[in-house]
Amino acid sequence: MTDLTLNSTHLSSGAQMHQRREKKVRRLLLAPSLLTILIIGVLPLSVVLIYSFLEPGSYGGVKWHFSVDAYVQLLFEADIFDGTLSFTTAYLEIFWRSISLAIMATVGCLLVGFPTAYFIATQPPERRNIWLFLITIPFWTNLLIRTYAMLLILRDEGVINIGLQNIGVIDQALPLLYTEFAVSLGLIYSFLPFMVLPIYSSMEKFDFRLVEAGFDLYATRLKVLWRIIVPIAKPGIAAGCILVFIPSLGAYITPEVLGGGKSMMIGNLIHAQFGGARNWPFGAAIALILMAVVLVSLWVYMRRTGEEGGLSHG
Amino acid sequence: MEQAIKLESNNRRSTDAVIEIEKKITAAIDIKNTTKIFGNDRNTGMVALDDVSLIINDNEFFTLLGPSGCGKTTLLRLIAGFEQPTEGEIMLFGSHLEGLPPHKRSVNTVFQQYSLFPHMTVAQNIAFGLEMLGKTKPEVERSVNEVLALVQMEHLAQRKTDQLSGGQQQRVALARALAPHPKVLLLDEPLSALDFKLRKEMQVELKRLQSETGITFIFVTHDQEEALTMSDRIAVMQGGHIMQVGTPHDIYNHPTRRFVADFIGDINILEGELLSKSNGNGKVKLDAGMEVMATLPKACNAVATFVSVAVRPEQLIICPANEGGDLTGTITNIIYFGSGSHIEVKLVNGELISVRQQSHNDDNPVFALDDLVCICFSDNCLQILAD
Repeated sequence: MTDLTLNSTHLSSGAQMHQRREKKVRRLLLAPSLLTILIIGVLPLSVVLIYSFLEPGSYGGVKWHFSVDAYVQLLFEADIFDGTLSFTTAYLEIFWRSISLAIMATVGCLLVGFPTAYFIATQPPERRNIWLFLITIPFWTNLLIRTYAMLLILRDEGVINIGLQNIGVIDQALPLLYTEFAVSLGLIYSFLPFMVLPIYSSMEKFDFRLVEAGFDLYATRLKVLWRIIVPIAKPGIAAGCILVFIPSLGAYITPEVLGGGKSMMIGNLIHAQFGGARNWPFGAAIALILMAVVLVSLWVYMRRTGEEGGLSHG
Repeated sequence: MEQAIKLESNNRRSTDAVIEIEKKITAAIDIKNTTKIFGNDRNTGMVALDDVSLIINDNEFFTLLGPSGCGKTTLLRLIAGFEQPTEGEIMLFGSHLEGLPPHKRSVNTVFQQYSLFPHMTVAQNIAFGLEMLGKTKPEVERSVNEVLALVQMEHLAQRKTDQLSGGQQQRVALARALAPHPKVLLLDEPLSALDFKLRKEMQVELKRLQSETGITFIFVTHDQEEALTMSDRIAVMQGGHIMQVGTPHDIYNHPTRRFVADFIGDINILEGELLSKSNGNGKVKLDAGMEVMATLPKACNAVATFVSVAVRPEQLIICPANEGGDLTGTITNIIYFGSGSHIEVKLVNGELISVRQQSHNDDNPVFALDDLVCICFSDNCLQILAD
């Protein structure tokens, strides 16, 4: 009896050792990516976190004194002479503008991207790849160059204004450039493929015979779209919205080139703090708050969809 | 009081009678000279339906039967409104359907692959059509519960459709199509995805649903047995044409075309010469020797002199040669299948004829290969084919 148990433990420990070794090997496979995340993700973020709680150095950099000034500065302005704090909305406005521009870009991408994705998904399979290929062509060119191209189109002497003037629709150039309109247009242009691709991938699996079933059950085109197609494409729509909203919120190049001074976004504000304003802790604090906003909205979104999934299965 | 009741019941009876009469005269679906061509024209395109005319009566279980590609599904899709006819017109209870999109036709479809909405529960699926018709919430709820009970799926109302078995999905698809109470229900090979036993169950179930709801069912299938079991009437189709319309009994016992005879069950076709016609019957001299009376195909006046005569194997009686009979021959093959056996007989002129013989207890003469036998025809079992 004892012999048997001993034997079995011996056997199982051998098996366990083997398993442990396998696990080790598998972890080793993860090592390169973990190392990368550590070096380019966790370390810089820790630096940013630490800097946000320090005092700014006079010529850039930081002084190693603990301080929460950077976070206070976001909402309160210190008087230059006596240092009394008064509430200011200047930075909140930039936050708000960033969020609303990101929302506009997301909605714009959705309005343009959904029909595009639907169109591609309804093409014969051999033609779909050609369309997808065309969608990804803009990626071949650097974002900065594409944005400057937008600038050339939108400026007073640009294609649109000159064209409209030539056919006599307008006398004076329309103020297109350096507006929030230009920024959202730029964002939509930059991030449109991120909307089209996930929606396409969820539509690709869509059984279009369901549309026929919808028509058969007295649904109009609009009802079929709203009650059948959109709900089934929802995962793709959600993924697309996240993929457009997050980079739009932190966009730097697009508002820099197309927005001018009036349409500053958070990305530009952060850049300014690390650059001209020489207030590294404040820049770090804004960056962290931006990240927090994104994380919170993602969390809220996931909770909501999670609940829906739970309800539908319950 | 009593009188009032009597009066009312009288009234009802008379309205019932009126409805009865109307039912007799109204066609649920009237298809007139309808042609459907996919592609540009008759020469380059594909002719799916060629000048088809058909009347389907109210409260009828009507089956479109034919091999794949015969146009039966196209006809169904024309009625549903998913396709528009190239020529001709279709009327639903006397009103034109021309140009009406599917969502404006009081016709629902049970699709072959069910096409249930995957993001909705069973109850939501069934409620969909009712909601689209703008029914109020309590109305929708009541109708949903009604049809759920009708298809015995009450206990699964809150399930998602991907958690159902094939048979259950089938019931939901039926319930969803029946809930808005369409004037005509179209069923596109709905049983083809089910296994044998379930299919048998659903055949009975469909028949019950049809008689309980009183809705006209148009059922598409390629399964001749299914068609014979369930239908009030059958239209056999081939190559975009309707070959024959009739009751299962008609179609089975009196096929008028070679295709219909061949497509449904086993059949013997004997060649002969038509000698004379009288009262819907014709006297035929069979090549195998004997003169017989056979039924002439209805509405086919132009029958050739040399005709084919069809007869079912089970309508033939086989007996030893010494007893005498209509035809004589030798047995070339015997296949036993439990409830009976198939006996193949080579007639004197070389034609092969197969006979189905029921198994009996003992006194039935047992035949062996190469036996000389006689074959007798049952009464009224021979049918002259029009082609």
